[in-house]
Amino acid sequence: MSLLAVNSGQSVILKDIDWGKKLKKKLQDMGMTPGVRINMIQKPAFGPCVVEVRGTRLALGRGIVSKIFVDLI
Amino acid sequence: MNIALAGNPNSGKTTLFNGLTGANHYVGNWAGVTVEKREGKIKYKHQFMTVVDLPGTYSLSPYSIEEIVSRNYILGDEVDVVLNIVDATNLERNLFLTMQLIELRKPMVIALNMMDEVEKLGQKIDVKELSALLGVPVIPITAKKKKGFEELLEALMHKGLVGSGVIYSSEVEKRIDQIENELNVQNKRWHAIKLLEGDTEICEKLNRHEDHIHERISVEKYDYISRLLEKTFIKQIKEKQVGYTFTDKVDKVLLNPFLGVPIFLMIMSMVFWMTFTIGGFFLNIIDVFFGEVLSVWVLKGLEALSVQDWLISLIVDGIIGGVGGVLTFVPNIAFLFIGISFLEDSGYMARVAFVMDGWMKKVGLNGKTFIPMILGFGCNVPAIMSTRTLEEEKDRILAIMINPFMSCGARLPVYALFASAFFKGSEALVVISLYFIGIVVALLAALILRKTILKGEQDPFIMELPAYRLPEPRTLLIHVWERVRGYIVKAGTVIFAASIILWVILNFNASGMTDLTSSFGASIGKGVSFIFKPLGFGTWQASLSLLTGVIAKEIVVSNMMIVYGLAETATSEMLSATLSGVFTQLNAYAFMVFVLLYTPCIAVIGVIRRETNSWKWTIFSASYQFAIAWFIAMLIYQVGSLFL
Repeated sequence: MSLLAVNSGQSVILKDIDWGKKLKKKLQDMGMTPGVRINMIQKPAFGPCVVEVRGTRLALGRGIVSKIFVDLI
Repeated sequence: MNIALAGNPNSGKTTLFNGLTGANHYVGNWAGVTVEKREGKIKYKHQFMTVVDLPGTYSLSPYSIEEIVSRNYILGDEVDVVLNIVDATNLERNLFLTMQLIELRKPMVIALNMMDEVEKLGQKIDVKELSALLGVPVIPITAKKKKGFEELLEALMHKGLVGSGVIYSSEVEKRIDQIENELNVQNKRWHAIKLLEGDTEICEKLNRHEDHIHERISVEKYDYISRLLEKTFIKQIKEKQVGYTFTDKVDKVLLNPFLGVPIFLMIMSMVFWMTFTIGGFFLNIIDVFFGEVLSVWVLKGLEALSVQDWLISLIVDGIIGGVGGVLTFVPNIAFLFIGISFLEDSGYMARVAFVMDGWMKKVGLNGKTFIPMILGFGCNVPAIMSTRTLEEEKDRILAIMINPFMSCGARLPVYALFASAFFKGSEALVVISLYFIGIVVALLAALILRKTILKGEQDPFIMELPAYRLPEPRTLLIHVWERVRGYIVKAGTVIFAASIILWVILNFNASGMTDLTSSFGASIGKGVSFIFKPLGFGTWQASLSLLTGVIAKEIVVSNMMIVYGLAETATSEMLSATLSGVFTQLNAYAFMVFVLLYTPCIAVIGVIRRETNSWKWTIFSASYQFAIAWFIAMLIYQVGSLFL
């Protein structure tokens, strides 16, 4: 399922990021590697989301959030 | 001895740099604020050390300009030791860069920053064990309190150690070994890893292409870090997540999709309110000083010394009028920068990008592009340099092209002069409307450029949200002082020189000293005034002001001061009396709009040239802005004339 389907407060495991190589790499460098735990901190009705990955808060636009695939824990 | 200072954005790198070198340096709290190479010197126990502050990066893969710059610099021969600053409250992510640095096999020292916060969180880090596992000296510090600096300098003096990097899975290690055996370069292991990561720069350099297992390498690096932390990082049971729970709570409100933008507008209004009311209070004092005290005394003094009339005129009208007219606005500029720096250092700037993402999307940019726009309210030069944090080249050029529309501090004196002369009682409204026009024009320009010559996919919005931190007063003041000093220096040099030149061309012509109307300046102004006729201010005085204003926007004010002899007229009544012969409310407003939008000053043109690395874009920027300014000011004047 996509990270966009995850609600605030839920935790998931990252499976894959379906985006170009460059951006995928950037996200990986920021800690978004397959298998990592992602906590959805804030998912507003519209606009970017806030997730917690490896102890940092990342703001992610909805476009990229919908391309991040995750598994529920 | 050369030290390269490397670390993640928001790790306190710039604070450490300032603390170590005592240099006045720009500090911020949003991801990637350090975009310039900065050097500072330290003397410790008779040893001189040079510290080079590298851009804050998350990794060393050649993904952005900053990462390439950092990597090439560290790999060069110049660097004796790499000082890696690590945010101890965020070890896992920060150590990723550390592991990459270690793979470069340069002597290293790690500064473990924000140890005070780690203690507050009730956590413990086994520093000795961490140091042993990494094979590198690890020194706990608190950069903002200058704690642990003595130990850090001692470690740096001993040049650190080459650490032991990640041990990958046996499968990956086997492939690394294989490639290593076939390579004939220095630092084989690093090159082998880079080849496996599919690092474009290295692949091209060695002309070798492997099956990329980049993802796997990243995962294994993070796994290695996790194991490292299991042995060294103790999270205490009664988990008091002070740092982020507070930030998360505040963000629930500040990042709310409905409240976010209104709150941002309120905060910005407060910044401007402070700029104008508190700054204005000091402004009046300085204004009285220049207009009623200094110029009168100097005038009397010079007359008493029976100095020649022309020299008196040069000093009082030219220098005091020209330079004083600009220096009067120092308090406003200072308060504006205090506001902007506070937003940056507190971590709020990243949130501004977040809440503006929706609006910026509508014009084809992401929220991150809004940060340089806000910095532009201060000065467009650092604002344009900060666009380096944008990854897509087209986004960057677009951000640079629209930045000068954001009204900088140097344009403030022009508005203040005209607003107080023509819009008594509604000055604030007039000035706010100008800032607003600037933003709207910037966004419209972005929209049009995006649809025409800068077509492209918009980069998705990805940004770290640092924990809120109360800005350190000292750091904030260094920050503000650096900008204000720049403004004062400009007044003392560029504007001082320009004022003298202006005075000369306004008092002389080919046959010697003359009155204003037959001077060189008048002839130059008359020569170009036809351009401004349709805009409602086709006088030679206004034309000359605008022409010279390209050197620095404040010169428009200096010019007015000299042309109309305003140096001795301190009160706004006298000011409007002098100016009202030439300007009405309508063309005064059109004039302000023109000053807001037209060709940026020389410093900005220079930085555009440097940052775009293209004369084509530079010339485009200067000319399209002139065209837009002309068109909008013309529209305001012509349409306004129909109704007024």
